[in-house]
Amino acid sequence: VSAAPFARRLLTVTGMDELGAYRVLRVADADAPEPQPGQFAMLAAAERWGGGQDERPYLPRAFSIARREAGESYYLLEDVGPGTRRLCELRAGEQVWTLGPLGRGFGAPRDGRRAILAGGGAGIAPLAILQDALAAEATVLLGFRDGARAQGARLLRDARVATDDGSVGHLGQVTELLVAELERDPHALVYACGPAPMLEAVRAICAERSLPAQLALEAPMACGFGACFGCAVAKRGGGYLRVCVDGPVIDADQLDHVDPYAGAPP
Amino acid sequence: MSVRFCGLELAHRVINGSGTFDAIAARAAFGAELEAQFPFAAYVSKTITLQPRAGNPPPRLWEAPGGLINSIGLPNKGLDAYLAEDLPRLAGFRCCPPADVDRAVAVPLITNVMGSSASEFAALIEACAPRDEIAAIELNVSCPNVRTGLDIGADPRGLEQVLRQLRPLTRKPLIVKLTPNTADVAACAEAAGAGGADAVSLINTLRALALARGDAGGPGTAWLGGGTGGLSGAAVRAVALAQVAAVAGRVALPVIGMGGIETAAHARDMLDAGAALVAVGTASFRDPRAATHIARGLSPVTARAM
Repeated sequence: VSAAPFARRLLTVTGMDELGAYRVLRVADADAPEPQPGQFAMLAAAERWGGGQDERPYLPRAFSIARREAGESYYLLEDVGPGTRRLCELRAGEQVWTLGPLGRGFGAPRDGRRAILAGGGAGIAPLAILQDALAAEATVLLGFRDGARAQGARLLRDARVATDDGSVGHLGQVTELLVAELERDPHALVYACGPAPMLEAVRAICAERSLPAQLALEAPMACGFGACFGCAVAKRGGGYLRVCVDGPVIDADQLDHVDPYAGAPP
Repeated sequence: MSVRFCGLELAHRVINGSGTFDAIAARAAFGAELEAQFPFAAYVSKTITLQPRAGNPPPRLWEAPGGLINSIGLPNKGLDAYLAEDLPRLAGFRCCPPADVDRAVAVPLITNVMGSSASEFAALIEACAPRDEIAAIELNVSCPNVRTGLDIGADPRGLEQVLRQLRPLTRKPLIVKLTPNTADVAACAEAAGAGGADAVSLINTLRALALARGDAGGPGTAWLGGGTGGLSGAAVRAVALAQVAAVAGRVALPVIGMGGIETAAHARDMLDAGAALVAVGTASFRDPRAATHIARGLSPVTARAM
């Protein structure tokens, strides 16, 4: 993985696409190093970053790089607070501060294992760029709260979908699809990103079956490059990992459990 | 074009606040570019304690209006591992005077230490004293005294007594990082000076509480895993300016002023209030090169070109 440029870069928004309940922010980013799937960037709107609800946002926000294509970086946004709200307002031609790519991404499958990509909610973002990079066709299982969010599945190819309300695909949880897949063919490596309860379920399912899993975590972080020590998650054996520099992709066997604060919005 | 501070040669007047920049992690993220263009004229380490500390349980951060409340809990690998593992890796950083970018200066290391008693501080200082890699020692006195429960730095008499015990242990400059959570910060600065400190730095974060309600509503409860936290960022700038002015008006010691500095104009205010150096913390979270931009803006030569 090459180092990130040591400067936040002022980049131009090239598009803001609707994807059901989500938005896909596209940014002209041809000069950046090629990201490793699972890496992230810290984003802040160049104008009016601050002055929203409660005088926020103040700090930049961390987003998985969802895709890099034709000189553009893609980010999946959901309006869940003052930071994502402001970013969702951006239109082509406006500018965004970008620091990255940062963190440690996904590792390639080993030992002839097939890749299963399990995503939930806005956590599907890093699985898209991972699917783009994987040599072999991967099984893609995505879970969403409802039909509007389930349209996010279009970010990936050939996804099987579960929804909490049954409006699209399987009625139930994506982890039920995962268990069925593993029963059919257990020689797999699971890549997962999503809400903390989903990641904890994936961790437990894989641990029971002694299967490797790589979990892309999320935690509130102020900086993204190891300075603030804010994005701590408990690691196996005591102590904490920093999601930004030890992750965001963490081997599941480094964790006893997934911290309830360490996931994406559901 | 360089600056002298407590006998150290610095490329400019902007350093980092302790615990706001991990040079080793940043070098892993940003590579050689960071090493050659280090943003800070001196590097202040995270607080080091005698024993390793895991830090506070998450969540550790809360975004406040114009600022940040943190409850990190001083995670660090402990004195022995810091000296053995980190000191060698903290060498090699170079910082350029803004108006003379071809004359990079080595970045002196200021090691920040915290003890919960005078004897713990003494052990930390005795271990740092013989290490040439350490240019100066900053004392984090925002820790409760294990005996009295009071912050060591909040009680002028106690602070002076501690400094008197520590002063003979090293010839390196001793900088006292004052706590702002006290009735009379200038009296504490005076006490630090009377005890033999070479400089003071302020402000540390202001004690703050973030309450959160669950999805079901109900009464607010402390959001941060550590209970209360410390407020930093733009929200504290005016408070910091007043405290720095009060301290600089009372003591002749050089003052490192910090608290919400984001631009050269903010830094200029802090220098006008009497600071000899300024430190940047939360602004580096938003922009890891914030200190470089501030130093350029402070320099009469480079500011004209900006």
